[in-house]
Amino acid sequence: MSEDLEAKFLRKIDAEEKIEPKDWMPDGYRKNLIRQISQHAHSEVIGMQPEGNWLTRAPSLRRKAVLLAKVQDEGGHGLYLYSATETLGISREEMIAALQSGEAKYASIFNYPAQTWADVGAIGWLVDGAAIVNQVSLQRTSYGPYARGMVRICKEESFHQRQGYELMLVLSRGSDEQKAMAQDSLNRFYWPSLMMFGPHDSESAHTAKSMQWKIKRQTNDELRQKFIDQTAPQIEFLGLEHPDPECKWNEERGHYDSGELDWDEFYSVINGNGHCNRQRIEHHVRAHNEGAWVREAMQAYEARKKAKAA
Amino acid sequence: MSRSDTLELYEVFLRSRRGLDHKHVGSLHAEDPEQALEYARDVYTRRGEGVSIWVVRSNDICASQEDDSESFFDPSNDKPYRLATYYELPDEVNNM
Repeated sequence: MSEDLEAKFLRKIDAEEKIEPKDWMPDGYRKNLIRQISQHAHSEVIGMQPEGNWLTRAPSLRRKAVLLAKVQDEGGHGLYLYSATETLGISREEMIAALQSGEAKYASIFNYPAQTWADVGAIGWLVDGAAIVNQVSLQRTSYGPYARGMVRICKEESFHQRQGYELMLVLSRGSDEQKAMAQDSLNRFYWPSLMMFGPHDSESAHTAKSMQWKIKRQTNDELRQKFIDQTAPQIEFLGLEHPDPECKWNEERGHYDSGELDWDEFYSVINGNGHCNRQRIEHHVRAHNEGAWVREAMQAYEARKKAKAA
Repeated sequence: MSRSDTLELYEVFLRSRRGLDHKHVGSLHAEDPEQALEYARDVYTRRGEGVSIWVVRSNDICASQEDDSESFFDPSNDKPYRLATYYELPDEVNNM
């Protein structure tokens, strides 16, 4: 019986058909999806913190409005992704608890602080840029609600990267101090952005199964290469120095070659020792607790409305 | 009492292909949700238009009001910076 179900499931996957919430699916597929989509949702929500830090200090009303709109988008994207995860039979409360206890992860990049105004530009350009490369690929993921969420998010996300790059462009054409600030941000965010794609394929615990089930459509290293290739000419156009001295165009491969990432740093940040790991979760817990009275007030209002109508 | 007084109105949503959203295709009257589902199959999928059907009681749909739409949607109309096209970049890097 279950063999039949699994065979049918795999036939759908092979035929590029989407899996929908009420379809039978192997336990491992469901678990793998819950892990990946909820991690993606947590990343959107935690990702509001480093940039939110600059909302009150944006240098103009225009920049402030733009940043506010971007941070608001990230919260919305978190909602789309939590909802997609809920179709797999896990509740919002369980996911939030897993985030706050540290059981669930979020993208390590958000454990780096946004120290200067240029970081807001570097984050939009590089961090959102890397996320977009990943998300464009995930528009073809095998789970229907996740794929549809990705289509919606990619459409909304395109402005994030452009506003970041535009900000970097203004700084890099500005005073010496502004240019230095842009270079410093690029230097600090370039490598962590490459780390967003995860460990090398040979080291990745989840890649093989995820590829077979078509949850992931391209491997970590393929996606990272794509990002390296698209970013190199963008750095050149800004007139900034490339943070990777080994980054050179390889005519034969049709790709840029690049230096090795600092994997010790990667695992250290993942394991909780980044600059802001503790601060990010503490802030999430605090915001959640401080919002309790709002949730209670809404419930009380609903109860009173019902009592009146009765 | 005429028959349509006892029947409830249902809205019908079809998924035309796996992976796509359910789309609203129309409505029909039925005694209960199960019957609505069968009617919807008979009426809206005679030519293989769908692989999945949702039926929802029309009365259960909470909808925004057309008359109020100007003020209802107004908060987003004056924020063109939410669009990618708002940011003009030189041709060399305009493909992002």
